[in-house]
Amino acid sequence: MNGRIFQIASNTFREAVRDRVLYNLIAFALLMSGAAVLVGQISIDIERLVVINLGLTAISLFGTVIAIFVGIGLVSKEIDKRTLYTVLSRPVQRWEFIVGKFLGLAGTLTVNTFFMAIGVFASLLYVSHRLHRADGWVLAALYFIILQFLITTALALLFSSFSSPLMSAVFAFSLFVIGSFAEDLRGFAAMTGGLTKWLATGAAYLVPNFSALNVISSVAHQQPVSGHLILYNTAYAVVYSAMVLCGGILIFQHRNLK
Amino acid sequence: MGASFFFGAAKVIMTAIDILDLEKKYTTGFWKKKPKQALSPLRMQVEQGEIFGFLGPNGAGKTTTLKLLMGLIFPTSGTARILGMELSDPKMKAQIGFLPEQPYFYDYLTARELLHYYGRLSGMDAKGLSNKITTMLDRVGLGDAAGVQLRKFSKGMLQRAGIAQAILHDPKVVFLDEPMSGLDPMGRREVRDLIEQLKHEGKTVFFSTHILADAEALCDRVAVLHKGELRGVGAIADLTSSVHGRVELVWQGTTIPDALRALSTECRLAGETVRAIVPEENQDTALEIIRRERMRLVSVTPVRASLEDYFVARLKSDAASAGVQS
Amino acid sequence: MSSTRRVTIAAGTLLLFSFVGSVLLLRQVDHLRTNATIEQVLFISSPRALKRMSLGYDGLLADIYWTRAVQYFGTAHHSTGNYELLYPLLNIATVLDPHLVPAYEFGANFVGPKPPNGAGQPEKAIALTEFGIRNNLNEWRLYYNLGFIHYTEMKNYSAAADAFARGSEVPGAHPFLRILAAQMAQHAGESDTARMLWTTTYQASQDPSIRANAVAHLRALRVDDEVTKLESTISLYRQKTGRSPSNFAELARAGLIGGVPLDPLGRPYNLTADGKLEVRSPDDLPFIQKGMPAGYVPPKRPKLLPSD
Repeated sequence: MNGRIFQIASNTFREAVRDRVLYNLIAFALLMSGAAVLVGQISIDIERLVVINLGLTAISLFGTVIAIFVGIGLVSKEIDKRTLYTVLSRPVQRWEFIVGKFLGLAGTLTVNTFFMAIGVFASLLYVSHRLHRADGWVLAALYFIILQFLITTALALLFSSFSSPLMSAVFAFSLFVIGSFAEDLRGFAAMTGGLTKWLATGAAYLVPNFSALNVISSVAHQQPVSGHLILYNTAYAVVYSAMVLCGGILIFQHRNLK
Repeated sequence: MGASFFFGAAKVIMTAIDILDLEKKYTTGFWKKKPKQALSPLRMQVEQGEIFGFLGPNGAGKTTTLKLLMGLIFPTSGTARILGMELSDPKMKAQIGFLPEQPYFYDYLTARELLHYYGRLSGMDAKGLSNKITTMLDRVGLGDAAGVQLRKFSKGMLQRAGIAQAILHDPKVVFLDEPMSGLDPMGRREVRDLIEQLKHEGKTVFFSTHILADAEALCDRVAVLHKGELRGVGAIADLTSSVHGRVELVWQGTTIPDALRALSTECRLAGETVRAIVPEENQDTALEIIRRERMRLVSVTPVRASLEDYFVARLKSDAASAGVQS
Repeated sequence: MSSTRRVTIAAGTLLLFSFVGSVLLLRQVDHLRTNATIEQVLFISSPRALKRMSLGYDGLLADIYWTRAVQYFGTAHHSTGNYELLYPLLNIATVLDPHLVPAYEFGANFVGPKPPNGAGQPEKAIALTEFGIRNNLNEWRLYYNLGFIHYTEMKNYSAAADAFARGSEVPGAHPFLRILAAQMAQHAGESDTARMLWTTTYQASQDPSIRANAVAHLRALRVDDEVTKLESTISLYRQKTGRSPSNFAELARAGLIGGVPLDPLGRPYNLTADGKLEVRSPDDLPFIQKGMPAGYVPPKRPKLLPSD
């Protein structure tokens, strides 16, 4: 079982690489170096702020775009192109396929983020000539961004298992935006009453909590990230992704392939 | 129907494929009102070690049946077993191979990588896999293209790759959907030889096609499917012999007696040899005429109806009167 | 059981458990981060840059910040009584959407007053309101708010008069504005003026918090008036009888009052042994200047919101 999941995952990774997904790193590198050079003209204090804010935001956005655009095709492309026929006629369970695809894309994004992180730290070194202790918290922010990718990938995969690429992209992108304001949504829900309150609260808890995973501006201001938050966010990302993947598995299990 | 018993070290004998009233209905139309019967309840068996042909025109339901057997779509009713095991059983899937119609593969992989992926998914050990892949690629004629990405393959090469992935893991039952499609005559010959080899290796081959000549050349038994219904099943020899039994008479002579001409469906004189085709029932009468005329008989050969005749007849016949012969 | 069925049951069960788990974890995370999103407001050094970055969706972002401000005020009121983030939130909301009149009103009512009734930053409240006026010249409420702050917090009666006067020129302005402008000159410190002011506040706004605050102030004014009147009645009684009354019945028998006087909440006043008037539940009547029991310390969080 693990062997098969690993095969599917590494094949997904290979596909992403050969589809030149990793070329986005070039765009990112250009962006970061451009910014670092530009910002070098301004006063000392803002440099670090801009590099961290820009770098981490770019990592988050680039990665989310990749997660969505590659993720929505993970299943639907295989169904359309019928490459699934020869896979599912083998002793591969449908759920193993979904999990393998998830791990493959998650792995791709992690590798991608790793290289981008090097870029951010390089820019940071360039503008401030040494790393500060507080820069360690940037790693926590990066970790949270990776957790965010896990959730986004799972969602894209869920939509891919039953809907066309266009609709999947719309759903996934909408959830990303709403999830970024999840805390506000819960606040709104608390202020309403009656049936609206139940519906709004339900929606507010169902939507992915990206707001808690975004500590970019606090880290840019050298604020520490609480250990408890790291723990709970990790657990939340794992549990939420599991929930979404189960949904995808349930749908895919019963789907008649064309 | 083959039973599966276990008597100590006794061999387990079972049907390779056992289809029991397998049915597939699609609901089409906006309000899901118009059902389309892709496959009427199908009851059929395929024995181990035989080459079984699944014939029918396009749209007959052949691919639907195969997709049902592979677990790609789910039946509306009915069941099937392969090697005595359920369709969803991974142990069963490890022992079957499948070549879909006009296969697509991951075009960013090389032939070697593709087979490695599929091999591992089928549970083959990593150790020694590389050698097995090399052997298999040579066997299907892709030895030179092992390191080439599939996006550069021609249709014929893709077909060969498809066959390779279907038999790489040494399955007991091989399912081929239109295996000759897209191949030139040389390629078709190679695939035919390959299928015969598979039979010699003791495998069961189930292949669907609409090209009767291939089926006639290869199959032990065939089934004819039309509009989702089974129209006939049986061994080729039996099916063709029961239809239009005729006899070919060859004798030396320069003339054709009128009596004989009357009895024959066709007569031809070529040089000093006459060939006449006579219905089976007239055979004795015709031989009597030849003897009487003191013409020199060269050969008496039963002419088998072609599979095509059987096929066309089955297609025309009413579904109700379609007999299941075995 | 076929493996398909097994997987379906396993996946379904895991889905339910993980949903429950995610909800529980979410509550924990929210707990840890109660004001984290709002505190990030302190990091936005340039609301104008934020406006540019919002790519034209500044209206939506303004609404989000406005709602955050209201929520923040509610939570801060019930916990810390410290409203230091209120002004930054309202500032960002109004930079993003300069026509967000309710935000200016809220700022005028709650950024000016000293803690625990507000953020204690009247100059910022004035700056906010003046920004609002510049962008909404025909909104009489904003002139009113400006005058209000000058009157209540800055005690700058001429500036207040000026603001009220300008506001009264706007078509559709509340009729009290003209009167208030006139009153400022001579009767600024009088309770009638204050009453008029708070009534205007109540009538000008739809916001429940602002209205509740106005009602609390109006009640306090009534208590102050009634206590003053009752005290003079008691003096009259003392003059007539030479001693302090021990209860309201005596005053009634003397024909000085009709019955037991009730405070604005319908509770009877308390007449102490030494002739002092007290309200029974001072916690429910914030802002009163008179009638407080001896040694009474007002609570840290005055009950001025509808949720109190």
